[in-house]
Order: sequence, then structure tokens, then C-alpha cells
Amino acid sequence: MTNDETKKAVLDIIADIAPDEDLSNLKSDLRLRDQVQLDSMDFLDIVMELRKRHGIEVPEAEYGKLASLDSCAEYLTPKFNALEAKR
Amino acid sequence: MKHTRIVITGIGLTAPNGNSLEEFRRSLLGGVSGVETIDVRYMGRHPAGVCHFDPLRHQKKKELRVGTRAGSISIYCAREAMADSRLDFTNTSTDRVGIYIGCTEHGNVETENEVYAISKFGYDTKFWSHYHNPRTVANNPAGEVSLNLGITGPAYTIGAACAAGNLGLIHATQMLRLGEVDVAICGGVSESIHTFGIFAGFKSQGALAAHVDPKQASRPFDRDRNGIVVSEGGCLYTLERLEDAIKRNAKIYGEIAGYCVNSDASDYVLPNPTRQAECVRRAITNAQIESKDVDIVNTHATATPQGDIQECEAIRAVFGEGCPTTSINNTKSFIGHTMGAAGALELAGNLPAFTDSIVHPTINVQNLDPLCDLPGLVLNAPKRVSKVDTILNNSFGMLGINSTLIVCKYVA
Repeated sequence: MTNDETKKAVLDIIADIAPDEDLSNLKSDLRLRDQVQLDSMDFLDIVMELRKRHGIEVPEAEYGKLASLDSCAEYLTPKFNALEAKR
Repeated sequence: MKHTRIVITGIGLTAPNGNSLEEFRRSLLGGVSGVETIDVRYMGRHPAGVCHFDPLRHQKKKELRVGTRAGSISIYCAREAMADSRLDFTNTSTDRVGIYIGCTEHGNVETENEVYAISKFGYDTKFWSHYHNPRTVANNPAGEVSLNLGITGPAYTIGAACAAGNLGLIHATQMLRLGEVDVAICGGVSESIHTFGIFAGFKSQGALAAHVDPKQASRPFDRDRNGIVVSEGGCLYTLERLEDAIKRNAKIYGEIAGYCVNSDASDYVLPNPTRQAECVRRAITNAQIESKDVDIVNTHATATPQGDIQECEAIRAVFGEGCPTTSINNTKSFIGHTMGAAGALELAGNLPAFTDSIVHPTINVQNLDPLCDLPGLVLNAPKRVSKVDTILNNSFGMLGINSTLIVCKYVA
């Protein structure tokens, strides 16, 4: 999985969590919470959807790594690829 | 004791056959049933009353995703009632507004959904939603209204089984009289059709309606009635003290004249006609009228074989033959049993009779059960009467809770 594919997977989740938001111009290096109305429960939603849709676990101590799309890609792409390698 | 006069100044509702008072009333006078057939999880197809309001009229998509159906129904009704009342928060502080919403039950829908959801993940509870608790707390529907409207006064639900809709209005009246709030948004809501448990429970009790034509499934007083049609719905009112309503030149739908709430203390589910009659009589006394002054009795009857007979026994005991101008009707025949919303919705459907002097009927009575044959029963077609000044609304519920609310035409 590439970083861009990871970003798309995260964006798909955010689109469901924040259906009123325009996600077309998100800057991948900026904090998501500075660009989209996301509260702490929404972040738990992202964690839950990663678990449900992709089987990826994000420990609470590492929630900060989901701050921006770039940091999501950097943190999640190896996890996606590790899962892929197992299959 | 002379009570502070409390009046109804706004109505917002959604029923299976109408999403405004005007639509609802038109359906009730036109004989239009709102019952259809739906798929119930694990149980197949059953008749049910479904509301078709547009939730996005007053909520964002995200609110719908996070909140509950009961919350959504409540927000729709509260917003519509506020708009109808022409109240705004420029003259009323938001902390002086109370939200009192009657519910039969709350939380079953979300709990069933979560159990179903984790069943897809081997019942691993790490897939259980973090929204489950805010969705299932008993005050959820009122809390969602408070969030949506930015109201900072007291906001809570009143659990009173199927008497809850009346209880919302009664409690609001009490809070206004106590001076706790200046405006009350009150009534009842139900999301019951989204929980299979309520269908399964009634089925196990032998009290779930079945009919090849869903529109004929809810048939109180008919010899062939066979149970309850489960429905969702909501109706919230704005209530104010009369002096405040007059001060702002508000439209007044009617005045709360009297009420009573009592308990059977005799059975978990079986009604008690002695206590029901006592409830009706005490409400009439509380309203400082006589039974012959009541123009419309809206019955609670849910179309269970025994329950209808027992309510008729209670009504016969109070009204008998000495009330020749009292008409008796039933709203559940059109919309099924909207549970926590029933009292509030059924009252609303009758309020326009203050101005049009028409009593909506009870439909689906092809063969009147002789044990339900009451004087003044309005069957299958609306009845024009000389005047309607007083409406008495019965709502009873499990664990033996009875409520009667009397509303009078407003006279200055």
C-alpha cells in the first residue's frame, strides 16, 4: 500500500464521520482538527473504523500519530503493509 | 385553589400519517391510515407506523450519525413547535426554557444495534461503539434537543410507559406553575419501531397486531382486533403561562384545564378499570367541570382484546348515559400505538376540533365489539357537532400508570 492509498483510506473514513465537511482541499501536512470539525469522539471513530474496516489497531498512546494525513500515512502505511504481508 | 393558567402556544409533530398538525388533521378527517409493513430484525414483516419527516430539515448529517432516532424526532418536533409558537430567544433567556419529553423506553434500539454489530465480530466488545452511553442514557432525547437548540434550562425525559406523552405536558404545566421555567417544550416521542424487542415482547404476550392489510391492522373496538401496531412518532408543544402568551400576542391552541396521574398497583400489564375511572374522575374534578361538560374523549385503546374492554368499562362508569353530547374516538386506529408519543400526538389530532367542531372517528371498526359499544362512539366517519370546548385525553401504560389530561378551548 502506498502513502497516497493510506491517505485515501483515512479520508474515506473521515468522509463518513464528518459528512457535512468539504474534504476536497485538505492540506496533508496540517493537523486534521485545524481543517475539519473533529472532536475527541470523532477521533475515536477513526480508530474504531480502522479496526473494523482494516483490522488495524491504534494504541491510545499513539493516537497523536493520526494528527495529519501525512502523519497518518507515515504511521499507518507500514501497518497496512504488514497486514497485507500476513495474508 | 386557583391555578395559574397555562396555555398551548405551539405544536410540532410527526406522525405516521402527517408531519405537521395540518397534515395530521387532514389524514384523521380523511380516514387516512399511516400504517405500513416493515422488516423487523429477526421477525420478518409486520405492520408498523413509520414517520417520513425530513430529519435534515433541522439537523446536520453528523448529528444524525451521532444521535438517536428518538433524538431526531424530538429535534424535529421541538424546532417545528418553536417555529409555530413564534417564540424566540431574544426575549426569553435560554435558561428559563424547560424541555420535558415523555418516553415509554429509551436505549433498546441502540443496545440491540450494538449487540447485532459485535455479532459480526465474534462478539468482541472492542467493537462496541463509544457512542453507546450518550445514546442510551434516559435523558438522551431531551439532551439532543438542548444541544440542537442551545437551550440551557432543565432538559430531561419522563419515563411513564405509554402514558408518557400526557406526562410531558402535565409535568411542564407543574413546572410553569412553580415558576421554574417561563417556557416549556414538552410532550412525548417514540422510536419503538427500531427495536425488535418491543415487537417480540408484544408477540410473546399475544398482543401484536397482524392483518393482511397493514392499514386495517390497528382496529380498536372491533370484534376482530388482535393487538397493537407498534409505531414511532413525536409531538412536542410549547406551553406558557397565559399572561406571558397574551403579552406577546401568541396564538393559543387551548388551555390546560386539569389532569390526573395515578397507579393501578395491581398488575404488571393488565389494566385496572377501577383505577382508570378514578383517574378520569379526578382529572374532571381537577378541571372543575362535570363529566357531561366533556365534548371529546380520546381513548387510549390499543386494540388488545382485553385492554379495550377494560377502558370502555372505565369510560362507561364515568360518562354512562348522562353525557349525551360527549363524543368518544380513538387515534391509534389511524397511526398505531406511538408509545411515548401517543398521549401528546392524540391530543394534537383533536385540538383543531375547537375551531372546526368536527370529531375525527375511530376507523377500522367493521364489527363493533358489543363490550366496547359506548354511547357517543364516533365510528369510521367524522362527526360534526354543535361545539367542542373540552377534550379529555386518556393515556395508560404498563406497570399500571394512568394519566388523563383535559384541555379546554381558550376563553379570555
